[in-house]
Amino acid sequence: MSKYAEYKRYTRSRAGNVAYFAFLFLMGAFSVLPLVYCVCTAFKPLDELLVFPPRFFVHRPTVENFTELPSLLEKLQVPLSRYLFNSVFIAVVTTVLHIFAASMAAYAFSKSKIKGLGIFFLVVQFSLLYNGTTLSIPQYLIFSQLHIINTFWVYILPAIPSSMGAFLMKQYMDSGIPDSLLEAAKIDGAGVFRIYWRIVMPITKPAWMTLLLFAFQGIWQTGPSAGTIFSEELKTLPYVMSSIAAGGTARAGSAMAATVILMIPPILVYFITQSNVMETMSSAGMKD
Amino acid sequence: MRQMKKEPEKTRVRRLSGKGEMAAFYLMLAPFALLFFLFTVLPVLTSAGLGFFTYDMISMPKWNGAQNFLRMVVGDEVFPKTVTNTLKFAAVTGPVSFFLSFLLAWFINEFKPLGRSALAFLFYAPALAGNAFFVWNVAFSGDSYGYVNSAMLSLGLIDEPVNWFRNVQYNTGILIAVQLWVSLGVAFLANIAGLQNVNPEMYEAGALDGIRTRWHELWYITLPGMKNILLFGAVMQIQATFSIGSVITSLAGYPSVDNSVDTIVSHLSDVGITRYEMGYAAAISVFLFAMMAVTRVAVGKMLDFLGR
Repeated sequence: MSKYAEYKRYTRSRAGNVAYFAFLFLMGAFSVLPLVYCVCTAFKPLDELLVFPPRFFVHRPTVENFTELPSLLEKLQVPLSRYLFNSVFIAVVTTVLHIFAASMAAYAFSKSKIKGLGIFFLVVQFSLLYNGTTLSIPQYLIFSQLHIINTFWVYILPAIPSSMGAFLMKQYMDSGIPDSLLEAAKIDGAGVFRIYWRIVMPITKPAWMTLLLFAFQGIWQTGPSAGTIFSEELKTLPYVMSSIAAGGTARAGSAMAATVILMIPPILVYFITQSNVMETMSSAGMKD
Repeated sequence: MRQMKKEPEKTRVRRLSGKGEMAAFYLMLAPFALLFFLFTVLPVLTSAGLGFFTYDMISMPKWNGAQNFLRMVVGDEVFPKTVTNTLKFAAVTGPVSFFLSFLLAWFINEFKPLGRSALAFLFYAPALAGNAFFVWNVAFSGDSYGYVNSAMLSLGLIDEPVNWFRNVQYNTGILIAVQLWVSLGVAFLANIAGLQNVNPEMYEAGALDGIRTRWHELWYITLPGMKNILLFGAVMQIQATFSIGSVITSLAGYPSVDNSVDTIVSHLSDVGITRYEMGYAAAISVFLFAMMAVTRVAVGKMLDFLGR
């Protein structure tokens, strides 16, 4: 353990402690209760969904909502496994490509002396502030010029250069990677790519692990932009979700069950990435 | 590089930071730059340009000068209201979620890894739950089946169910709470990662320099050390708060009662997607961008004061 972790910093007063835990508890309840509600509702039998006065927790839990799903999905033109494969495939490929593109660009933004990059970076940053609503038409035109309408590329390509990733990575590198370290590596004969792989990526692990979660989640939860995918076998899970939810109140339980199932992959990715963020946190202290 | 091995060190360093290094950096930048130009720069420029045309998505765009921009001021009764509403929402949810996302990350940072993951999960849950904000619709449902109504009825606080989202007295407040719930995620996790960006040696040096309270440490060491990540969080928060709209529309409907909670973005998608007035929608986008850009510059200036 480092010296930093050993020496005890200031302690709080008792009142401070009470306020601190009360605040954390209230905020935690406020943010997690709706999720708890979703899970409870997914296990509610139909009569409990409609009971008055409404109940928050489930009294006689049932898995009916889940077991009903396969029969609801029978009407789909292609098997569910196909949508599942599409979703997983697209999410994984896009996330990996996005992290590489964003971190390599951020490395150039942060540490290279290419002229004009400062302005380019401002463009990247400010592009985040342009609302996406009116962008779908120009994007559609570009898709059709590239002849990639109705292919997986429609999902993958536009998500790779997402400005948020390059922005986050650049901000992290600016203060996280001292220039002296890069100079030392250069003197040892390491080239740009080697430094990127051996020094920049390990140091920025907390940042790109966080980015991995953002990217995976974003792709997992959104469908393609309108009119770009029309083959059934190229569609993803959010589409299946919306077709179940279209069933109305009688399907409310099943829709909730499907929502809960769809939440599982992002939650898994959350725990995998965050445990890595925390791991680097403790090892970062071991340097000295 | 192999051949260079025998050269004296100085030349080697100069060589490496010369042409070869530049080329390597260009290569690293290329994939992002190329795709960014194709899928962001080109669409944004096209869209912004459309602001000067009338375009119904069927016939060719027609040049319209500054008419669309004039219309925002004099020809559209709803638009000024949406600007006021957006500013109202942004003024509260922006700063509050920015501070909360930092405060919470900072608070849970002193827990052991297991407790920290669990607590972080609670605060990140809204983002993981996808479109689960519709549970607020159940909670604040206008009939007596809504949780809030049924609880308040049984406690005798109200005599008849309140239509929360259609009531101009309450809807803004409730929607601000919902929006806060939705918007904590990204900045919060970025801050958790960012807290490790602060060099531990700085804390030790600070302790030697006579920093004695938690708050001094926060102000003089933690915050300045995290300035870059805080700026990231601020930009994401500006983007999110000025783009408030879809969640509100799905809870309170569009148009809402007296346009009381309609925002620029909900108006924008009504104009563009429902009424096919793409030119006018593009002009509104440009206006919205200008508002956000000004805020971004102001916030950047404020962050410069950290640690002074």
